[in-house]
Amino acid sequence: MPQFDPTFYAPQLFWLLVTFVVLYILMSTLAMPKIGAVLEDRQRKIDDNLDKAAKLKAEAEAAIAAYEQALAESRAEAQKILRESADALARQSEAKQKELGDRLAAQIKAGEARIGAAKEQALAHVRDVAVDVAKSAAGKLTGVTLDDSKIAGAVAAAMQEGR
Amino acid sequence: MANPVEQFQIEPLVPLHVGGVNISFTNSALLMVISISLTMAFLTLSVRSRALVPGRWQSMAEVFYEFVANMVRDNVGSEGRKFFPFIFTLFMFLLFGDLLGLVPYSFTYTSHIIVNFGLALTVFIGVTIIGFMRHGTHYLRMFFPHGAPILTAPILIPIELISYMSRPFSLSIRLFANMTVGHIMLKVIGGFVIALGVLGVLPFVFLSAITVLEFGIAILQAYVFTILCCIYLNDAIHMH
Repeated sequence: MPQFDPTFYAPQLFWLLVTFVVLYILMSTLAMPKIGAVLEDRQRKIDDNLDKAAKLKAEAEAAIAAYEQALAESRAEAQKILRESADALARQSEAKQKELGDRLAAQIKAGEARIGAAKEQALAHVRDVAVDVAKSAAGKLTGVTLDDSKIAGAVAAAMQEGR
Repeated sequence: MANPVEQFQIEPLVPLHVGGVNISFTNSALLMVISISLTMAFLTLSVRSRALVPGRWQSMAEVFYEFVANMVRDNVGSEGRKFFPFIFTLFMFLLFGDLLGLVPYSFTYTSHIIVNFGLALTVFIGVTIIGFMRHGTHYLRMFFPHGAPILTAPILIPIELISYMSRPFSLSIRLFANMTVGHIMLKVIGGFVIALGVLGVLPFVFLSAITVLEFGIAILQAYVFTILCCIYLNDAIHMH
């Protein structure tokens, strides 16, 4: 087996020493600091981003709280306005209703008064006509001219009975 | 059929002798150079864009980095941070050595026990020095656990000493044996595919499955070597 032939022990050990030492120096001065820096950068970036995310989250929560407060305030405001306008409308319509009712009552009263006057008048006419009719009928039937006041009395009594 | 151990043959590409020592640039050295070049190219080019959301290559580089970083942190603790570059280098060197060895016609330097032993011995000596530097002579308590009856010392101390001393051997032989056996098996079964002609389809299916397994073993053995180094390092730093 070539592994147990000591002829090439010396050159192998020599080149092992050379290559291993070179690799060690290059690794510790060049490769490892580079990889280490990359890993460190990433870790720092991740930590930074986590911090940033936490900050943004806090900001977002504050914004949500402010928004909700504003919402609640404007809701209250809207309710107030709504209530006020409802009250105003109710008052207005009540006033209008009252005014209308008053006017109608006045008109009804006036109408009733007119109807009463017309009735009086009509009754008065009826009495005059009845007196005339009774006077001319009595004159034609009996040839007697009756006193107007007597006839009027009789008519009044008749009308009183007929009522 | 080709000799299945021929693939482990060292070929000097540039013969070099300095002060009577043979330091020829061999195919093994070439693969080591390719391995560290690819490692550096992979780890630096992939993170060149420094993307926040990594692409495929960058993710892979990050996965390796974090995998080894976690391995060091879980096994050694926070004191292990200063050994992280060494452990990461060790892992990448072994991983690329194992994986490049699976490329046809290439060479597997981790299948050579001397390479593994060189690495394991370095770790062993380093860990022992760290242990004595941190704990002084108290580090010798490693060989005699706390709370054990003093009468057991004649048995326990040799056992602990032998198990401690055998660490570099077990480390290097484990990797060497896995790599060597895997490659011999691939070679032998590959020989069957050619020799059996049309019937070679059967060993070819088996060969494909074994190849997938060998990729798994390549990664696993690099991991095992590295994590055992982490555990030894932890022993030296914290004792047990």
